[in-house]
Amino acid sequence: MRGAVVAATLFALGSGSACGSADDGSSSTLTVYAASSLIVAFTEIGKTFEDSHPGVTVKFSFAGSSDLVAQLQQGAPADVFASADAANMEKATAGDLVEGAPVDFASNTLQIAVPPSNPASISSFTDLTDPDVQLVVCAPEVPCGAAAQQVAAAAGETLTPVSEEQSVTDVLGKVASGEADAGLVYVTDVLAAGDSVEGIPFPESREAVNTYPIAVLADGASSLAQEFVDEVTGPEGQRVLHDAGFADL
Amino acid sequence: MRRTAQYSGLPLWLFAPAAAAALFIMLPIVAMATRVEWSQFVSLVTSESSLQALELSVKTSTASTVVCLVLGVPLALTLARSAFPGQGLVRSLVLLPLVLPPVVGGIALLYTFGRQGLLGRSMDVLGIQVAFSTTAVVIAQAFVAMPFLVVSLEGSLRTAGRRYEAVAATLGAKPTTVLRRITVPLVLPGLVSGAVLSFARSLGEFGATLTFAGSLEGVTRTLPLEIYVQREANPDAAVALSFVLVGVAVVVVGLARRSKEHL
Repeated sequence: MRGAVVAATLFALGSGSACGSADDGSSSTLTVYAASSLIVAFTEIGKTFEDSHPGVTVKFSFAGSSDLVAQLQQGAPADVFASADAANMEKATAGDLVEGAPVDFASNTLQIAVPPSNPASISSFTDLTDPDVQLVVCAPEVPCGAAAQQVAAAAGETLTPVSEEQSVTDVLGKVASGEADAGLVYVTDVLAAGDSVEGIPFPESREAVNTYPIAVLADGASSLAQEFVDEVTGPEGQRVLHDAGFADL
Repeated sequence: MRRTAQYSGLPLWLFAPAAAAALFIMLPIVAMATRVEWSQFVSLVTSESSLQALELSVKTSTASTVVCLVLGVPLALTLARSAFPGQGLVRSLVLLPLVLPPVVGGIALLYTFGRQGLLGRSMDVLGIQVAFSTTAVVIAQAFVAMPFLVVSLEGSLRTAGRRYEAVAATLGAKPTTVLRRITVPLVLPGLVSGAVLSFARSLGEFGATLTFAGSLEGVTRTLPLEIYVQREANPDAAVALSFVLVGVAVVVVGLARRSKEHL
């Protein structure tokens, strides 16, 4: 009796490890750590990937890139990491968390977000420097804030925001509720926010193009992870990203 | 000292989970202490932005404690000493900020005092703008801290009872005199510990401030918000500042306990 239990356990363990390493259609899970701004695009890419890989479940963890790197450094189990900027991917490669070299797969630029009625009649980047305009940006410590500073410096303007927020979500919240007259966020954020804000493109935004790298993680199921990276960088993945507002590389 | 010889009356097995519970709370603090770069501690916590955040935190927390006292003491007295229809409901609702996630409180405040909010729109007409100002920080802190004062004081009022107040009244003391000479001195320990707890809660306020007041150095970026920003750019500074906040919290909790025991 006991022998049978041991044999069954060993069998279960054996088949379990086979599941983990092979992608022959047996059930397995792929864990993808991706920047928050990728929620819409990656959720769709994940569904397509699951359809073309029967038995594979793609699980996402969406958060700020720096939070994700911090979790990976503490040993969080993941197969793929997609960062919203090069700096955080560098942290991951420096920590030997990445297998091979990261690949750039999309880029994003800033846009002015205003409440739907545009109460302060914003039409250009220069309008943001008007002292009567309640401008909200990201803090310089986070990527969207660094980009805002870069654009302002290139345009020779000084921004005097009423608040420097921690994330794009916080900026959008202040704009959508009408608390702020304008905010600086990414094009994709404006699209994802739907009708709650209006986006105003401005030419100075090309001074700060944010590039998104993706990489297979060293501790992950590498062959399946590589297939997911190929899906993202392939024509179908690029089309989905383009629809979400990301610019082609 | 005299407690050591006493029979505790507790089964021995209880001490293991009790010790685990104490460890569960203390271990993370110890773990954080091991990560503080003590050699740079002073320079990290005395940077320009850290000092500004600390100063702002102390100022706003003091202001919100005053707001809690001015509004919370009358509320606690009314809840404890009078009877009116719907009292139970008011008592429950007043506790709401204790259990609400602070971010929910922040959203609620936004729709009240924000530019497009219920009161904010009329205040805007009068030229008062709360959004993104230090006042907004004080409002957020008072909102989350008020229940601590009300609960603490109402409990003390109930424990103290009405005997002395009734005697004073029969001797001809007017209600205000009774309040000033009898009630307040009787519940002073509860009042002090409630105020100290409100101050501590204000000092730690994060979610409602971030949602409602924003984050700008010297204006709305209090110590917890500064820690959150520094975590991104300078994790060492974030840990050092966190430890400052732990230190302040320990002092405050100690004060609250002493006031309960000695006053």
